[in-house]
Amino acid sequence: MLEVTGLRVAYGGIQAVRGITFHVNQGEMVALIGANGAGKTSTLKALARLLNAAGGSVRYCGKEISRLEPHQLISEGIALVPEGRGVFPRMSIVENLLMGAYSRHDKDGIAADSAHVFSLFPRLKERSQQLAGTLSGGEQQMLAIGRALMSRPKLLLLDEPSMGLAPLMVQKIFEVIRTVADEGMTVLLVEQNAKLALEVSQRGYVMESGEITLTDEAAKLLANPKVREAYLGE
Amino acid sequence: MMGFLASFEALRHDKRAAIAAIAATVAMGIVLAVFPFIVGSALGNSWLRIVDFAMLYIMLALGLNIVVGFAGLLDMGYIAFYAVGAYLYALLASPHFGLHLPVWLIIPAGAVLAGIFGALLGAPTLRLRGDYLAIVTLGFGEIVRIFLNNLNAPVNITNGPQGISGIDPIHLGGITLAKPISVLGFTIPSLHAYYYLFLVLALGIVFVTIRLENSRIGRAWVAIREDEIAAKSCGINTRNIKLLAFTMGASFGGVAGGLFAGFQGFVSPESFNLMESVMVLCMVVLGGMGNIPGVILGGILLTVLPEVFRHGAGPVQMALFGKILLDPEALRMLLFGLALVVVMLYRPAGLWPSTTRRREFKGESTDVLKEGE
Repeated sequence: MLEVTGLRVAYGGIQAVRGITFHVNQGEMVALIGANGAGKTSTLKALARLLNAAGGSVRYCGKEISRLEPHQLISEGIALVPEGRGVFPRMSIVENLLMGAYSRHDKDGIAADSAHVFSLFPRLKERSQQLAGTLSGGEQQMLAIGRALMSRPKLLLLDEPSMGLAPLMVQKIFEVIRTVADEGMTVLLVEQNAKLALEVSQRGYVMESGEITLTDEAAKLLANPKVREAYLGE
Repeated sequence: MMGFLASFEALRHDKRAAIAAIAATVAMGIVLAVFPFIVGSALGNSWLRIVDFAMLYIMLALGLNIVVGFAGLLDMGYIAFYAVGAYLYALLASPHFGLHLPVWLIIPAGAVLAGIFGALLGAPTLRLRGDYLAIVTLGFGEIVRIFLNNLNAPVNITNGPQGISGIDPIHLGGITLAKPISVLGFTIPSLHAYYYLFLVLALGIVFVTIRLENSRIGRAWVAIREDEIAAKSCGINTRNIKLLAFTMGASFGGVAGGLFAGFQGFVSPESFNLMESVMVLCMVVLGGMGNIPGVILGGILLTVLPEVFRHGAGPVQMALFGKILLDPEALRMLLFGLALVVVMLYRPAGLWPSTTRRREFKGESTDVLKEGE
């Protein structure tokens, strides 16, 4: 579904991503793990067109998307949950979700999808009229994921969903991500928390200083002594 | 005025109060209709002029509110669009070029031209926000003013610092607003006629702004203000939507500028200095950024208050001390500045903030904190 070939991202003269190649199959959940500064978020930002790639190609369903504008990705079926959540703080939860459906016009579909989001995150339903800025970090992350789902995407890009959250909340969020994936969503998950990410994904890529150094099935990566040593703290 | 504004609030937020709102609107309509006669006879024509100016400032404040209040783009050079509208009117309806085009042509043309200038300002500043954007827009406002000041040589276009005088008064269908108009044996003086014209146009702008606020475009503006990256990932074309905010806001300024030129009969670059931009920005911020009734209130207060201080400072000092200790003109800005400081300290969200901002400033988060994670 998503094929990335030789993707390079540079900030000025510094290369953050040095020509990486990976792919995500339809219906699959793939984790991109690595330490801080490995280039994971830069990769995702380039995919979401928030950054211009310095080179390489990104094909989605056979179509080159590396020259599209960010807002066009939604209509292609790609939704991004930005790093650090990025909810609209002075809008209520409902308004945030409706913004996620900005590109859609089917009222019934939007209502059905918001009901679905509320069933995934009952906490959001309880507070549906509350301003998003007053939610806790975990609730904001739920809202950001919910909002991305409101565009009814085919491919979900998740940027560090566990960042800055309490362990219990991280558990909850990952359960929902797993549920969404089980419903057939294709997910690319960028995550520092390697253990959690690999536990919920089918396959994984390990990034180090802008390059992919290792790739395998998630379970095998979890068992890989190198990964265990470098990322799982053993 | 307040009841009138309240009725807008009601119309927007509570459908059950619609009937009460309609009644209030009718009542307010009557008050607004007789208002110039009350002011004119009780306070005199100089105050009626101030009321007319308040209408123009309301239009300006509502235009700037689109850019600053809705889209969150800090524009410090907004008065440039007022200048564009005013000079277009002055050039096309004055002896300066010997052109005397009709108003119904010039005012829309002023809106369009100001809109184009808005896009011109917006395009290079798309990546800027906050203080950086403020500096660039401030520069833009000054550039326009300096151009107006210097475009008198080698070809005299703007007549430089002397400005353009003898501008045609606004006339509609052969009736000039500069002279008293008699309708059915009833005489409407010139200032009153201008009042009605400005009122109608100001209400038109209020209507358009309310419709915009509740539209897809309005929601996109707010989304950009709240978080631009998130707005992009929701599929909003942030570039076009931001340009649209600049263009729409500027075109309101252009309309107000054209009316100003026709009303005043004289324009010069001095009328469009940085202080004017700051003043309109104050109206938006002080009234309640992003909230239409608040912005209208800000426009009225900041037009009327300095005049009250100007007229009131002398007599009050005479009564208190028997002589004038401080020049009323100097005291006016002192008191005015003081009023701004006090309002911002005690009502940081503005005098009449939107419900959202009110909630935010009250700190609705307390119940969340109690529950915790």
